[in-house]
Amino acid sequence: MTAKGIINMYVEGFRSMTIGRTLWAIILLKLFIMFFVLKLFFFPNILEKNYNTDAERASAVRHNLTDFE
Amino acid sequence: MEDIMTVVDWSRWQFALTAIYHWLFVPLTLGLSVIVAVMESIYLKTGEQKWLSTCKFWMTLLAINFAIGVATGIILEFEFGTNWSNYSWFVGDIFGAPLAIEGILAFFLEATFGAVMFFGWGKVSPKFHLASTWLTAIGASISALWILVANSWMQYPVGMEFDPAQMRNVMDNFWALFSGVAVNKFFHTVFSGWALSGVFVIGVSCYFLLRKSNTDFALRSIRTGGWIGLAGLLLCMYTGDGSAVEVTRTQPMKLAAMEGLYYGQHGEDLVAIGVVNPDKKWDNDEPPYLWEISLPKGLSILARHDLDAFVPGINDIINGVDYTSDGEQINTVSYEERIMRGKQAQQALRDYGMAMQKNDSVAMQKAADALRPNFPYFGYGYFSSPGEAIPPVAVTFYSFRIMVMLGSYFLLFYIVVLFLAYRKEMALRNWRWLQIIALISVPLMWVCSEAGWMVAEVGRQPWTVQNLLPTVAAISDVPASSVVITFWMFAIIFTLLLAAEVSIMIKYINKSTKTDLSNPSKK
Repeated sequence: MTAKGIINMYVEGFRSMTIGRTLWAIILLKLFIMFFVLKLFFFPNILEKNYNTDAERASAVRHNLTDFE
Repeated sequence: MEDIMTVVDWSRWQFALTAIYHWLFVPLTLGLSVIVAVMESIYLKTGEQKWLSTCKFWMTLLAINFAIGVATGIILEFEFGTNWSNYSWFVGDIFGAPLAIEGILAFFLEATFGAVMFFGWGKVSPKFHLASTWLTAIGASISALWILVANSWMQYPVGMEFDPAQMRNVMDNFWALFSGVAVNKFFHTVFSGWALSGVFVIGVSCYFLLRKSNTDFALRSIRTGGWIGLAGLLLCMYTGDGSAVEVTRTQPMKLAAMEGLYYGQHGEDLVAIGVVNPDKKWDNDEPPYLWEISLPKGLSILARHDLDAFVPGINDIINGVDYTSDGEQINTVSYEERIMRGKQAQQALRDYGMAMQKNDSVAMQKAADALRPNFPYFGYGYFSSPGEAIPPVAVTFYSFRIMVMLGSYFLLFYIVVLFLAYRKEMALRNWRWLQIIALISVPLMWVCSEAGWMVAEVGRQPWTVQNLLPTVAAISDVPASSVVITFWMFAIIFTLLLAAEVSIMIKYINKSTKTDLSNPSKK
């Protein structure tokens, strides 16, 4: 199958959907909420956000796990 | 709110909620993709249009489930980074590597061949389409493999060495990840998906029979789904037996909690049904059950495949006592000693950090040498009493019995339905009570499947990584209020997604009962 054929398969596949249109709307809304709302505003990677280097992150985890002063 | 429940409790509830919802979608994808592939294979072999229409109907339900469920598992990874940051750093590449492979394989296999499967009818050759359908099914199982390898490592951490400088577990033997625990867990989980999907297909088909619509299609589906489901259930039972042996070997405390067993004996009975005594604790003399009916020597057979084998109870494990089948005592490491050695390991790690700050390589080496022999008990250092290392007994006990009892019911269900489908077809077409039971069985199958995960995950508490990292140490320093907010957000989002899936499926099924599925253009 050529690249054009592959693209056509997707385009026609989407066009001929009945139930699929609702599904794709749900998928896109879900992915938007997950990646652009939840991930950005509610689920930062704590260690990535608070520390700049892996050495600092390791040190922070060591502190957390041993109450290291 | 923070006074009532801590950030650990809320984070655990949040993880449990997302995992339970995620697992509503996954097993149906694992099993229904195989059933659809078998139906398409029959179509290709026979060339009969009735098999094509049957295949396409179930493929649409698979597409609905796939679309709603896809990426719900990614939320679990968000939670690792935010709520469980100590854990996600500590597990290092051991956990990251399988999840990365899963992501790549899921993307390439499921996305690529899934698109051909859903969109490629008439656009690619029939053989290529069939291959795509099978590759989508295989891709789903391979994705599950890597997730389950990672999960199994948390239950039985092997193939790594802890690096105190990086504060990470570094993989030193990739193949060790495929332990007996992982292999049994993988097959047990995938086959449970087949068993679940078989019941789903039978239940939905019985709805068609109830409505007296497309009855030949329904019977065809019942036979195909029934055989695959029955095969899945039998293989699930076989691998469940293997899992029990592995749990006895690697997580004896989980097995003891599953049984509510405090003091074991040779030829230990298996509680078939009973009520655990809520007042029973490891350090009092209350009886373990309010009442129980047991199968003689059942637990010894289940746990060690030996009628007279000793099975240690919670107190035996705490005291470090086990026995060979010959009655010879084996001294395992008592929990008092584990706690002491765990604290020594933590002190050594603390010393290592201080030496690192001073750039004292001699002191670092000395601390690393002190850490190494005690590291297998590192997590016990967070406890002040052995009782803190016991999982919730009642939840584990009841979840195990719900799973086994429903599993046994479904074995009978499959046998009866398949017998009727081949020998008493008219009974299956006309017995409304049986059709209604089949419909009610569909949600029960999900209860059975979720109960299995409850046994696996509640039974391993308090550990995120067995013996190394309890939940109390794995948690991030985040306010409980933020976890509470996202907990309720997830509860709402997932409930809406589930409602959307059920609603779309019901609409599609109802619409199909008004259509001649052997000739979809005819109403």
